[in-house]
Amino acid sequence: MSVLTVAFWVLAVWGIASALMVVHTKDIFRAALFLVSTFIAVAGFFVILGAEFLAVVQVLVYAGGISVLIIFAVMFTREVAQGNQPNRYYGIGLLLGAALFLVLAFTVVSTNWFPEFHNTEEADAIARGAFSDSSGGLGALLREKFILPFELTAILLLAVLVGAVALVKER
Amino acid sequence: MSPSVLENNALYQSIYSAINWVMPDFLDSIVGYAAAFAMVMLVANLVLVITPLFIWFERRILGRFQQRLGPNRWGPFGLLQPIADAIKLIIKEDIVPRGADRLVFNAAPVILFMPVMLMVAVIPFGTQFYLVDLNVAVLYIIAVGTLETIGIFMAGWASGNRYALMGAVRSVAMLVSYEVPLVMSLAAVLLWAGSMSLVEIVDKQPVPLILLQPLGFFVFIAATIAEMNRAPFDLIEAESEIVAGYHTEYSGMKFGVFQLAEFASVVVGAGFITAIFLKGAAGWSFLPSPAWFSLKWLAVIFCIIWIRATLPRVRVDQVMAFAWKFLLPLSAINLILVAVEMVIWPSPNGAQLWMIGLINFAVAAVAIAVLATALGHRNFAPRSPQIPTSTVVGEKVV
Repeated sequence: MSVLTVAFWVLAVWGIASALMVVHTKDIFRAALFLVSTFIAVAGFFVILGAEFLAVVQVLVYAGGISVLIIFAVMFTREVAQGNQPNRYYGIGLLLGAALFLVLAFTVVSTNWFPEFHNTEEADAIARGAFSDSSGGLGALLREKFILPFELTAILLLAVLVGAVALVKER
Repeated sequence: MSPSVLENNALYQSIYSAINWVMPDFLDSIVGYAAAFAMVMLVANLVLVITPLFIWFERRILGRFQQRLGPNRWGPFGLLQPIADAIKLIIKEDIVPRGADRLVFNAAPVILFMPVMLMVAVIPFGTQFYLVDLNVAVLYIIAVGTLETIGIFMAGWASGNRYALMGAVRSVAMLVSYEVPLVMSLAAVLLWAGSMSLVEIVDKQPVPLILLQPLGFFVFIAATIAEMNRAPFDLIEAESEIVAGYHTEYSGMKFGVFQLAEFASVVVGAGFITAIFLKGAAGWSFLPSPAWFSLKWLAVIFCIIWIRATLPRVRVDQVMAFAWKFLLPLSAINLILVAVEMVIWPSPNGAQLWMIGLINFAVAAVAIAVLATALGHRNFAPRSPQIPTSTVVGEKVV
């Protein structure tokens, strides 16, 4: 059993356990903390898969950004320790959850997990795994092939920033 | 099997050969793991030893600034004072408030301390003296640094104390705001170096980067000090306003761990400033490279203490205005300036480096002066106390 296998199982158990705790903890604040833990476990998977740039961005955006936003929202919630009572959105939530599960299950089943590589170099590059230089390639792709989505995202973010300033501006 | 990331690591190789020499033959299979573990222990403990030394240094220097002696009783020059403090903290009673969320309350100091130790991994202490040369090191520092927010929030929330919560909310608002200029100033460095690896950033500097990007250095050091929650941005634990901020309810060694994390983050942050803006461990050859790194490190730490001793604490509204209206435009100017220069002089020679340096210093001086005067009168002038005079006059104030 290689180190990567051990790391995979540790991360898998950690990720799923904390994901379950997010759903089953009544205290929303603790649920948010378990969500952070799940995010970090997912970042660990990215490291194993050799996508260290994605791993770092995962920590930066999800564990450091989104979760702080969630915790901030928790501050405005009353009766944090009791949690939510089941309400009339129960059915819709169930439906959405089932739909999400189906989409994910379909993705898992339909993906070819063992692609045939065109040459051994490519296979070697993937087998080398962690800490190969993927960020440079990602940057080149963003600048050349995906320049339009990249710029559109930038414009969207700028619009969001301007909108946020306009919303809170004192009149 | 030795992980591929350690293949070119000289520190690892030397520890490996030393352990291989000591270990009996039948244990050959675990030598790699033992060496890796020893290396992690070495670098992690390096910071844990330096941090108490830094605490002593800071107290002595602050004493000098305030015309007193500072701790000078125990050990030579009072050097053993941090140990005495730690023993005092350990033997104190450990109190958990009744309204506290016990699990989160106890976990918070550990969570807060972890990111600081994780950040140590990528500091190049010498030319061949680092734990790992990550190719996303700079992004890694920022990402791991944001996790500190969660530790602070856990402490503030779980204490069940309004002052603690207020400190935590202040810290989150501040950290989120200062992240923006911090990242923007680093973006200019990355643009210049063309790499996110700290080792490569150190290698790519022909002269210390502070001479080429003074504006970026100014923004970076200001934002870093804010991220460290140090004076003049220490209003998340402003004693005169909210007791002690997020660690109001903590006592004993848990409080000690908070303090240790805070001081360790200064040590680590100064290490990054040294590596990114002062050309890290480079220097003339009559001293070994870790010695050069330590000297520059010490200089940066001294400057940070100097800033703390000189500037008064800013107000809450001033902190936000400083980040969004002052540092953010400055970092944007810096980024655009560096980008334009990169286009004009893709690989600058000696004379062009002089030119870049002079232009950037001039732009930095003008930009700081203009922005400071433009904003100074509106945001940083002392506010007149807003007492509704009409209701006070004529009534008896009890």
